[in-house]
Amino acid sequence: MGDTRAFDEIWGHGGPVNPREPLAMLANWIADTPREELARRLEAAENTFRQLGITFAVYGDRDAAERIIPFDIVPRVFLADEWARLSEGLVQRVEAINAFLDDIYGERRILKDGVLPPDIIFRNPQFRAEVIGIRPPHGIWAHICGIDLVRTGPDDFFVLEDNARTPSGVSYMLENREAMIRLCPELFRSFRVAAVDSYPDRLHETMRSVAPAGAGSRPVCVVLTPGHFNSAYYEHSFLADSMGIELVEPADLVVDDDIVWMQTIAGRVKVDVIYRRIDDDFLDPVVFRPDSLLGVPGIMSAYRAGNVTLLNAPGNGIADDKAIYSYMPEIVRYYSGGEAKLPNVETYRCREPQALKYVLERLPELVVKLVDGSGGYGMLVGPTATRDEIEQFRAALIAEPHRYIAQPTLALSTVPTLTEKGLAPRHVDFRPFVLTGRNGVQVVPGGLTRVALKEGSLVVNSSQGGGTKDSFVLLPEARQMQAMGGMFQQQELGS
Amino acid sequence: MLSRTAASLYWLGRYVERADFVARLVEATVRLDALSATPAGEAAWESALRVTYTDEAFAASGAQPDQTNVARFLTIDSGHGGSIVRCLDMARNNARAVRTALTREAWTAINRAWLLFNSRMRPGNAMATLSLVEAVKAETRGFEGAILRMMRNEAVWLIRLGSAIERADNTARLVDVKYHLLLPEGEPVGGIVDRDQWTTILQTVSAVTAYRWLYSEGLRPNLVIDLLLTRPELPRSLAACVEETVEMLNLLGKRTGLQGGADRMARARLARMHKTRTPEVIVGGLHEWLGAFIAENLALDRAIAQQFRFI
Repeated sequence: MGDTRAFDEIWGHGGPVNPREPLAMLANWIADTPREELARRLEAAENTFRQLGITFAVYGDRDAAERIIPFDIVPRVFLADEWARLSEGLVQRVEAINAFLDDIYGERRILKDGVLPPDIIFRNPQFRAEVIGIRPPHGIWAHICGIDLVRTGPDDFFVLEDNARTPSGVSYMLENREAMIRLCPELFRSFRVAAVDSYPDRLHETMRSVAPAGAGSRPVCVVLTPGHFNSAYYEHSFLADSMGIELVEPADLVVDDDIVWMQTIAGRVKVDVIYRRIDDDFLDPVVFRPDSLLGVPGIMSAYRAGNVTLLNAPGNGIADDKAIYSYMPEIVRYYSGGEAKLPNVETYRCREPQALKYVLERLPELVVKLVDGSGGYGMLVGPTATRDEIEQFRAALIAEPHRYIAQPTLALSTVPTLTEKGLAPRHVDFRPFVLTGRNGVQVVPGGLTRVALKEGSLVVNSSQGGGTKDSFVLLPEARQMQAMGGMFQQQELGS
Repeated sequence: MLSRTAASLYWLGRYVERADFVARLVEATVRLDALSATPAGEAAWESALRVTYTDEAFAASGAQPDQTNVARFLTIDSGHGGSIVRCLDMARNNARAVRTALTREAWTAINRAWLLFNSRMRPGNAMATLSLVEAVKAETRGFEGAILRMMRNEAVWLIRLGSAIERADNTARLVDVKYHLLLPEGEPVGGIVDRDQWTTILQTVSAVTAYRWLYSEGLRPNLVIDLLLTRPELPRSLAACVEETVEMLNLLGKRTGLQGGADRMARARLARMHKTRTPEVIVGGLHEWLGAFIAENLALDRAIAQQFRFI
C-alpha cells in the first residue's frame, strides 16, 4: 500500500526529474505549469460540471443528493504501441465473452468438454434460466463491455473485472475530454491524441446493426433509463442525446402482442432496439422480480419472440461474475484457441481446498472479495485491515468458502495528481469501452481513468471518494510527426 | 415525441414562467414597501401572498407578514409550492426528465437558476432579496434566450405553450388581487389611487414604459387594466397570452397533426378577447370577469393535457 516504488504512468520509476522518455514533454508541462494555474483550471472544470449537472446521486444522503465526481487535470497517457497491444487483448477477451454467453445459454459445449465445473454455472445466481435457448440477433450478447484494467509495470496490464451488463462511465470519458480541450488546449498541440467523440456515433451504429430482422431499414432505437433519480441518469440522458434518440422510462413503454411500443403524443411507435440501463432483475416483473415497480411487463416475451433487441442481453451477468472471472483465462483459451493476451490478476478460488488453505495462511497480505459484491463493498484489504476484520473474514471464509475469491494486493500504477500539497502520485485503474456489433468488435481509443484521491489508497470507486482523469491515447509516431510537420520543417529551415 | 416528454416540457415552461413572475412580484413589492408608510407596506406583502395563492400557507406559519418574512417565504422557503426555489426545483426536475429534448444551453440555464438557491438558505435584507430576484430574472431570461436558439419544433412550442398558459393565469390573478386591494373602500372605479401602487403593478409585468408609449396620459387605473387585459403589444397582457396560446397550438397541430378540443377552446377565447372592451368589463364586474378567465384557462390546461396524451 502506498508503495512509493509503484510504476508511474508518466514519471515511470524515475520520478518527476527523470520521466518516461516518450512523455518528457508532458512531464515538463506538469513541472512548468504553476500549481495555482492548474488549481484554477481544475476549479473551472468542476464549475462547468456542476452547471451541466454532470452528477451522480448518492442514495441515502439527502443533503448532498447530487455530487460531481472529482476531476483531476493531469491526464493519464497511453503510448500508441501500448494501446495497440491492449486493444488486441480487449477484442480477444470480449469475443470470448460473447462466445461463452452464446454457448452457455445454448449447447454448453464448454461444460461438456469439462473446462468449467457445471455447478459454477448452475448454482450461480447470475445464471438466468429464463434466457436459455434465446438467440439474440446475430448471436451477440455483450454489445457494450467495460473491462476494468490495472497496471503494475511498463508491460504489465491485468484485467481486474469484466463488466458485461450495464457498464457506466462513458459520459465521463467524453466530458473529461471536453474539459481538457477547453482548459489545456496546449496539451493537444503538443500531443496528437486519438479522438473519443465518435463514441456516440459508433454506439448508435452498433445498435442499428443488431436490430431484429423485421425492423426495416431505419430501426427505432431508444435508451431505457430507470428514471431521473437513478445515479447514472446523467449518462443515460447524455447518451440518448448524443445519439439523437429517445430516452425512455419504463412508463413510456407498453408491450402488446409481443411488440414493444413507446407512447408518444401521436400515439404508439414500435421500438426495435433498446439500450437498457436497467438490471435484469428489474427489467420485466413478469419474468424476473414480480415486486419490481420498475420494468416493462412483457418486454422479455417480446425479446424472446425476436421482435426487439436488448443491449446488453439479459443473462450476461454470468460472464462478468467474480466466480467466473477466475476461469476467464481458460474461457478465452477455449473459444479463441490461444492464450489470453490480457492476463487476469492472479486469483485464488476459495472453493478449492488448496487455494482456501493458502488464502487462510496469508490473509493479511491479500484482498478477499465476495463473488457477488461490488463497488468496494464486501471486501477485505488485508494490509490495511484490523486484526478483528481479518478474523471476521477468516470465519466467513471457513463457513462459506465458495462465496469468496482472493487476490494479491498489487502495486497499482500511479499518475501525478493535483492534491492540496501539490502534485503527488495517486493510484489509478482504467475502464476502456468495447463495442460489439454485427460488423465486429471495436475499442474506442480512450476510456475512463479512475483515481484514488487519498494518499496510498487503492480504492477508486466514485461512491468511495474516487475521482476521474482524462485518458489520452497517443496516435502512432508516424502520425504524430505528420501532424506536427509544420513545426519540424521550421526547425530544419532555421538550422 | 414521448407523451411524458411533452408533459414535462409543458410544465417546464409553466414553472420557469412562475418563478420569473414571483421574482418580479417580490421585486415590485419591495419597492412599494419602501415607498409606503408602514401599514400600506404590510398590505402590499399580504397582497403579494394572495396573488401567489400562498396567503393561507403563510398564515399557517404564524409569522408576521413583514418584508423579511414574506420575501423569505416567497423566495427561499421550500415548504410550500409557491416559492421561487420550489418553482425552480420543479422546473429543473422536469428539465432533467427531458434533457434529451433540450439543448445543453437551455438545460444549463435552468440548472444555473436552480444552483442560485443552493448556497442561499438564509433570509436576506431588502438588498439581498433584490439581488437574488434580479439573478433569478436574469437566469430565466437566459433560458428564454436559449430556447429561441433551439430547433423550431414541438419541444420549444410546448415550453412556450406552458409559459403562455401560466402567464395568463399570473396576470389575471395579479390584476384581480391588486385592483380590488388597491382601490380603497368607497372609492369609485377610476378614481385617484396612489400612483406608486399602480406603478408596482406595471413593474411586476415590466410594462411601465409600455404604458407610456401606449397611453399618453398619467397613470389611470382603468388604463392600466386596459393595458393588462386587451393590449396584445404587451407580452404579459391577457390578450397576448391568449394569442400566443392559439399560435403555439397551431404550430403544434401543423407539425404533429394533433388538433382538437384545446384548439377550439383557445380560438373561441381569442375571438371573445377581440371583442372585449375594458369599460364594459369594469362596469360588468372585473372580479367576476377575471374569475371566469382563470377558470377557462384551467379548463384549457386540461384540454391540452388530454390532446397531447400527457402521462
